[in-house]
Amino acid sequence: MTFPPLTRSIRTRLFLQLAAISALLSVALFLVVRGLAETAAEATQDGILAASATSIADALRSEDGEITLDLPYSALSMLGTTNDDRVFYKVEVNGETLTGYDDLPAPADPPTISQNTFATFDYRGDEVRMVSASRTVSASGVPSNVLISVAQTRLGLAAISQRISAIATGVGLVFFLVATALSLLAARSALRPLKEMTAAVTRRGPADLRPLAIQPPTELEPFVAALNTFIARLRASLLRSEDLIAEAAHRVRTPLATVRAKAEVTHRKLNKPEHKQTMREMIRAIDESSRSAGQLLDHAMVTFRTDSLATEAIDMGELVRETVARLEPAADLKDATIRCTIPKQPPHFTGDRILLQSAIQNILDNAIKYSPDDSDIAVTLTAADTIRLDVTDQGRGFGDSDTDTLKTRFSRGANVDDIVGSGLGLTIADEVARAHGGTLNITRNEGANGACVSLVFPLQ
Amino acid sequence: MRFLLIEDNANLASAVAERLQLDGHAVDHAGTLDDAENCIAAADYDLILLDIMRPDGDGRTFLQSHRRAAKSTPIIVTTARSEVSDRVSLLDLGADDYITKPFDFSELEARCRAVLRRRGGVAANRLTVANAVLDSTAGELQIDGVGQTLRNRELRLLEVFFTSPGQVFSKSYLLDRLFSFSEDVGENAIEVYVGRIRKRLEPSDAIIETVRGLGYRLVARP
Repeated sequence: MTFPPLTRSIRTRLFLQLAAISALLSVALFLVVRGLAETAAEATQDGILAASATSIADALRSEDGEITLDLPYSALSMLGTTNDDRVFYKVEVNGETLTGYDDLPAPADPPTISQNTFATFDYRGDEVRMVSASRTVSASGVPSNVLISVAQTRLGLAAISQRISAIATGVGLVFFLVATALSLLAARSALRPLKEMTAAVTRRGPADLRPLAIQPPTELEPFVAALNTFIARLRASLLRSEDLIAEAAHRVRTPLATVRAKAEVTHRKLNKPEHKQTMREMIRAIDESSRSAGQLLDHAMVTFRTDSLATEAIDMGELVRETVARLEPAADLKDATIRCTIPKQPPHFTGDRILLQSAIQNILDNAIKYSPDDSDIAVTLTAADTIRLDVTDQGRGFGDSDTDTLKTRFSRGANVDDIVGSGLGLTIADEVARAHGGTLNITRNEGANGACVSLVFPLQ
Repeated sequence: MRFLLIEDNANLASAVAERLQLDGHAVDHAGTLDDAENCIAAADYDLILLDIMRPDGDGRTFLQSHRRAAKSTPIIVTTARSEVSDRVSLLDLGADDYITKPFDFSELEARCRAVLRRRGGVAANRLTVANAVLDSTAGELQIDGVGQTLRNRELRLLEVFFTSPGQVFSKSYLLDRLFSFSEDVGENAIEVYVGRIRKRLEPSDAIIETVRGLGYRLVARP
């Protein structure tokens, strides 16, 4: 099932649904409160009307065979309200009006002695509520049927009903607002486990393929179980491909090594210069392919590791010294001398040791490769405003190549066709620098030929 | 130098052995780790070249047990994997150095030399002609007890001559010994280095003679 963007959020959907439910409940609450209150008000009016009719009935007398009524004041005063409600009454004896409003209509539903009847209708321009009571009064031994009707306009009741409606509206509104706010909280708290799971997955390093150890809510258990199965499959497949890459590298490089060794032997034994040259070209092609393979693997490793840096405090001085020591034999072969200048208090830097080493190694490797025989390579570590490692050689420099382009993948200087290289060295160094918040600067070696490649990192 | 080559691939092993022998080294080959143990028990080696990826158990275990047994023979690991993370762990396990396959033999030799020099204490590898003594491990030329520290190419060139005094070496042969395959240099470049070692040898009774049309040889002054 797909949802439009807004409702793709579970939280929004949950919230909207809860809000809609509370709106419905608010309306229902409003109707119930108003209904109950109005019924109660009407019952009160009916009760007073009935009492008024009863008190009139009680005032009926028979005198000299005539039925008389001395209308008690209280019978009408009890109906008095603050509103301008008007009261009408009529007393009929055997269908003849004894007193009261002649035109007050007779009840549609005639009352019995024990049972009053009520009716609501329009009378003289207003809605009225009328009670009718029936009594039998004996005058000189002749029983007469007396019908007493008392009616009252409903202005007071309407006012009460209006007030009740206002209160009910208020109550409904407050209920709606409180319920909505609570829904918001409920939606948020219901989704907290999801958030926690997301955080648990996001926090992971690239190599962390252990199953999730969190205790999920019951509903999410199948999801977490599925995720863990997936992680396990991924780990198995990664291990397989790691093995595969190692195995592939082994399978490819071992015969290459054999070919190279045999080629070197053959090269040594050959006498004709053109044959020697051919063999030399073969060896260079082997070197080129193995170098590219190595750099590609390194580049993949750098990309993989920069996604989530493993960090530790590193003594930069020691790291530089170690890397230089590792590359010294290669420089030695050309009688190139690496001159290392490291401050007495070497700076410490928090970063990924393997990546940093890889960056320095690539820069140094370049410097050695392009250095002429008997030259110096200066490696200078300084720590002032920034931690800065300058590698300066006396080689051919970068010529007219654009220094930014040199950092892109497989791009090489315009003047290096005769030297084996993959065009990935500076890319790797640049990516490592950026992953650590630093930069890779490529400049001309001041005052001499050659290049100066610098790694610059912020002080921490 | 005497090498023990631990490598299961027979083709590669024979090629490497042949190549090392060309430069005058002695090489024993062990195809399995068991063979390797036997070789180590029977002979003294200057260096062990260990292939880390093996069908008969991980080379790392061998590395560790070798180090635990406190054997002093340095080990250079040859590996087909080139990732930095791999290299770092190899050094942590006790390898003295590593080199990625396929390797340049002059680089391998340079690394061996560096390892041996770092280790120190190894019996010096001395070659003598007249009153000149070449200590290739220390990279030093001693004449009447006075030592001169040599640059790498001077050392390698002197090594060629000191190993076979009297033999004539052609310029092209010397060129192969001195320069890597990635460098395009003319035969004249060799004259520069011959000039340098002649200067080094000046105080001694050993001289480098030019044999017209053939090359150079090292002889003792008559």
